[in-house]
Amino acid sequence: MNNLFGLGILAGLLTASAAHAQISDGVVKIGVLNDMSSLYADIGGKGSVLAAQMAVDDFGGKVLDRPIEVISGDHQNKPDIGAGLARKWIDTEHVDTIVDVPTSSVALAVQEVTREKKRVFLMSGPASSDLTGKACSPYGFQWTYDTYALAHGTGGALVKQGGDSWFFITADYAFGHALERDTSEAVKAAGGKVLGSVSVPLNTQDFSSFLLQAQASKAKVIGLANAGGDTINSIKQAAEFGIVAGGQKLAGLLVFLTDVDSLGLKTAQGLTITSAWYWDKDDASRAFAKRFVARNPNGKPPTYTQAGVYTEVAFYLNAIKAAGTDDADKVSAQMRSMKINDFMTKDGWIREDGRIMRDMYLEEVKSPQESKYPYDYFKVLATIPAEQAFRPLKDGGCPLVKN
Amino acid sequence: MEHVVDPLITLKRGGRWSEPAAFAAMIAFFAIAPAIVYPVFLMKVLCFALFACAFNLLIGYAGLLSFGHALYFGWAAYVCAYAAKSWHLSPELAILIGTALAAGLGLVAGALAIRRQGIYFAMITLALAQMMYFFAVEAPFTGGEDGIQAVPRGFLFGVLNLSQQATMYVFVFVVFLAGFLFIYRIIHSPFGEVLKAIRENEPRAISLGYKTDRYKLVAFVLSATLAGAAGATKTLVFQLASLTDVHWSMSGEVVLMTLVGGLGTVFGPVVGAFIIVAMENYLAEFGQWVTVIQGVVFVTCVLLFRRGIVGELANALKIPL
Amino acid sequence: MLEALGISSPALFGQLLIGLINGSFYALLSLGLAVIFGMLNIINFTHGAQYMMGAFGAYLLLEHLHLGYWWALIIAPIAVGLTGVVIERLFLKQLYQLDHLYGLLLTFGIALIIQGLFRNYYGSSGLPYRAPAELQGVRNLGFMFLPNYRAWVIVVSLVVCLSTWFVIERTRLGSYLRAATENPSLVRAFGINVPRMITLTYGFGVALAALAGVMAAPIYNVSPLMGADLIIVVFAVVVIGGMGSIMGAIVTGFGLGVVEGLTKYFKPEASDTVIFVIMVIVLLVRPAGLFGRRA
Repeated sequence: MNNLFGLGILAGLLTASAAHAQISDGVVKIGVLNDMSSLYADIGGKGSVLAAQMAVDDFGGKVLDRPIEVISGDHQNKPDIGAGLARKWIDTEHVDTIVDVPTSSVALAVQEVTREKKRVFLMSGPASSDLTGKACSPYGFQWTYDTYALAHGTGGALVKQGGDSWFFITADYAFGHALERDTSEAVKAAGGKVLGSVSVPLNTQDFSSFLLQAQASKAKVIGLANAGGDTINSIKQAAEFGIVAGGQKLAGLLVFLTDVDSLGLKTAQGLTITSAWYWDKDDASRAFAKRFVARNPNGKPPTYTQAGVYTEVAFYLNAIKAAGTDDADKVSAQMRSMKINDFMTKDGWIREDGRIMRDMYLEEVKSPQESKYPYDYFKVLATIPAEQAFRPLKDGGCPLVKN
Repeated sequence: MEHVVDPLITLKRGGRWSEPAAFAAMIAFFAIAPAIVYPVFLMKVLCFALFACAFNLLIGYAGLLSFGHALYFGWAAYVCAYAAKSWHLSPELAILIGTALAAGLGLVAGALAIRRQGIYFAMITLALAQMMYFFAVEAPFTGGEDGIQAVPRGFLFGVLNLSQQATMYVFVFVVFLAGFLFIYRIIHSPFGEVLKAIRENEPRAISLGYKTDRYKLVAFVLSATLAGAAGATKTLVFQLASLTDVHWSMSGEVVLMTLVGGLGTVFGPVVGAFIIVAMENYLAEFGQWVTVIQGVVFVTCVLLFRRGIVGELANALKIPL
Repeated sequence: MLEALGISSPALFGQLLIGLINGSFYALLSLGLAVIFGMLNIINFTHGAQYMMGAFGAYLLLEHLHLGYWWALIIAPIAVGLTGVVIERLFLKQLYQLDHLYGLLLTFGIALIIQGLFRNYYGSSGLPYRAPAELQGVRNLGFMFLPNYRAWVIVVSLVVCLSTWFVIERTRLGSYLRAATENPSLVRAFGINVPRMITLTYGFGVALAALAGVMAAPIYNVSPLMGADLIIVVFAVVVIGGMGSIMGAIVTGFGLGVVEGLTKYFKPEASDTVIFVIMVIVLLVRPAGLFGRRA
C-alpha cells in the first residue's frame, strides 16, 4: 500500500508546484455552498448560484485563457456536511474558491478547511463578526455584512427612539449568539439595558413559548437575533399573542427582502433594519436587478447576499487576471491592493482581518400605502459610513492584525 | 416465528476457511484502496464499519435491537473532540476518554433498557438517545449547532504526526482492526455462545441457570464502548464533532448498514458500511434523495433481503461469513 | 396572588395553555399508536410521517383545490388513512409471522421514504397555513391572552380522544376489536373478518395521525420533518403510559404536555428533556408504565 500511496502523493506534489505560475488544474472552479432547501434557501440558495453564474458570464466565461466553472452544493445548515463538501471539492474536484456559505456555524467550519488547504473563501452569506475576529483567516473575506454592523445600526437606532430595555430571542448557534452579544454591547453602550434572553433551536416552527417569555419580561424591545424562516415565524406569531398590541416593539435584527415578501407589508411595516444594499438604490442597481429577475425562476429581485455573491465573484476574477495566477496567497494579496467599485460598493476596500469595508444603510419597511410597485419595500433612513459601521480593527482579536 | 437473525447461518460450521479468507480479502482491500480511492472517504468507511460491527454485536448475536446507538457514537465524539482541543490531550488519550465515556453511558442506558424486552427495549434506547441529543443541544461544551470545530489531530504517542494523511489512515485502520478482532473474539467465545443461546430462547437459557440480564448488559456495554471508539476516531478524521453524530438519523443509519450487510454475520457490517457511505458520498450532490433511497433500501431489505448481502452470500454458499 | 409568589400569571397560564396544546397532539398521536400496536403488535414509526401528510394534505387542498380548513379536516384524514390501508395490505401483512422488530424497521424505512420525498419537493423550512377566519383572533382573558384557534385544538382533541375511547371500550365494534387483539383465531372462528379489521384499524390509527396533522398546520407550519422529532417524544409518552389502556394513553399525553409547559416556565432549558427524564424515572419505579397491564 505504502509504495502506491507514496507515489501518488509524490506525483501530486510535483504537478502542484509546476502549476504554480498559472491556473491550477487548467480551470478556475467556483464552488457556491449554501442552504438550498431549508429556512435560508430564499435568502441565498439557487439565487446565489445564478448570481455567481452571471458574474462569470459577464466576465466572458474565461480568465487568463482558462475556462471558469461554477458548481454548487447544499450544506443543509450543518457544519459537518458543509466542511465535508468543501474538503471534498478542494481535494478531488479542483475547486479554487468557496463562495457564499450562509449559516455562521458552517462558515466557521469552512474557514478552517480553506485556511488549511489555502483556498480563497468569499463569504457573502454568514453574519458572525467572529469570521473577521478571532476566527479570521488570510484567505477569508467577509463581503457584505456582519453582526456588529447589524447590532450597532439597528440597535443604536432603536435605543435612540426610546427602546432602552431589551429581551432577546436568539437562534441557538454561532450567528444568533454573535448577534445577541454584539447587539447587547451596542444597547448598553447607548445607555440601554438587557433584561434577558432565550435560546431557540434553529428552524423552530413554534415560537409561542419563547414569545411568552419575552412578553413576561416586559422589555420595551424584543430583539430577534435570528434570520430567515425563524424571523418570519417570530414576527407572525408575535401578532397571535398580542405582543405588539401590548406595547412591545419587535426588532428584526436581520431582515432580507425575501422575508418582507413572505410576511407581507401589512405585518412587516415599520420594521427598522440595517442593510448592505437594496435593489432599488440607484440606476446601476436597478439594471442589475432587472437582469437577475429575468433569469430568476421565482421572479424575485436579488437580496443583498445574492448581489454580494455577484460582486465578489467578479472582483475575484479581476484579481486573478491582475495577479496572473489563481494561487490563493497571490490572489488574496492582489485583492487587498485593489479598491472595490461596482453597483453595490463605492470605494470599498479590504482590511487586514478580511473585512470588506463598505457603507451600510439604515432602512425602514414601507407601509402598504407607501409602496408603489412590486418589491418596493424599503426607504433609506440614513447611510452609515464604513468606518462607523464595522468594528474597529484593533477590537476584533484577529491574530493577523499587527498592533 | 422467524427471529430477527436466521440461526442457520451462524450455526453452520462447514468451511473453516471462509472467515479467514474473507478477513484476508478485507485487509487487502483496505491496504490497496487508498491509492485509488479518496483516503478520507475510506477512513469514514472504516469508522462506520467499526460502528456497524459494534451495533451488530448487540442485534446479531444478542438479539437486542438498539435504536439509539448514536448516543455512544456521538457523545464519545464530543468528549474526544473536547479532550483533544481544550485539554490538549494526545489523540490516543482523547480516543480512550471518549471510549470510556461511551462505556459508562452504555452501562447506564443498558441497565435501564434491559428492564423491558423487544419493541419496548428499542423504544427506550431511542428515547434515551433523544434525551441525550437534546442535552447535547443545550450543553455549552458541545457547541450546539456549531459543534466542536478545528479539533487538532495531534501527535500519536507524542511522535507520529496524524495531520499527515497516510499516518492517519494507518492509525484508523489499526483502530478498526483492533475493534473488529475484539468483536470476533467475543463472538467465538463461550460468552458469545451464551449470547446466542439467549437470542434463540431466553427462557431456556434462564432455566439453564444463566443470569441472562447480566449477559445482555455486558453485551450492551461492549457494543456501546466500541461504538464510542468509532465515534471518537471519526472525530479525529474530520476534526469536527457535531449534532449530526447524536441525531436519531445516525442511529437509523447504523441499523441500515448492518441490515444491508447482514445481521449476525461477521463481515456484513463492514460491507454494509461501505455501501451506505459510498452511496451518501456519490449522491451528496443530490442531497435529499439520499434519505429516500435509504428508506427504499430499508423496506426492500426487510421484505426481501432479511439476511443482507453477506448473509445471502453465506446462505447460498453454505459457509459462515 | 400569584405575583406575590414571583409568578407572572400571563406567562404561566400561557405556558400551561401551550402545554395543553402540545399535550393534545401527544394524546392524539399516542392514541393512534396504541390502537395500532394493540391490534397489530407493530410500532408504527411511520406515524410521524402520516401526521405530516395530514398537514400537507390541508396545505395542498388549499393551494391547489382552494378547499379550506373545514374540508381538510374531513378529506385529509380519509385520504391519508387510505394510504395507510395500502401500506398495510402491501407491506405490513407480510411481516405478521416475523419478529415484531421487523415491523419497526419497515415502518422506519417507509417514514424515511415519505419524509425524503416531501423534503425534495418542499424543502425543509415550514410552509405557512392560516387558521380559518372563524377561528382567528385572540381573546384577552385578563390573566392571559387566549388565541381562539389554540383553544379549539384542545377542545377537538378531547372530543376525538374521548370518542375513540368510548368506541373501543364501550361499543360492540370495540369489543370485537379488543377480542381480536387477544385471540385472533377464536374471533375468526366466530365469522368476523379479522384481516379486514386489522387493515381498517391501521387505517383508522393513521387517520387519527393525519387529523392531528391538519390541526397542527396553522400552529406549527407545514414542514416535511414536523413529525420526525415529535414521534420520538410520543414513543416516550407511550412507554410512560404503558400500552395497556386507551385511557392511559390519553391521560398520559395531556398530562405530559402540561408538565412540559410548566417546565418551560420554570426551567426552559430542561423542557426538551423533561419527558424523557420522566420516562427514565417511570422505568425505574414501574417498568410496565403507569397504566400498563402487560409486563
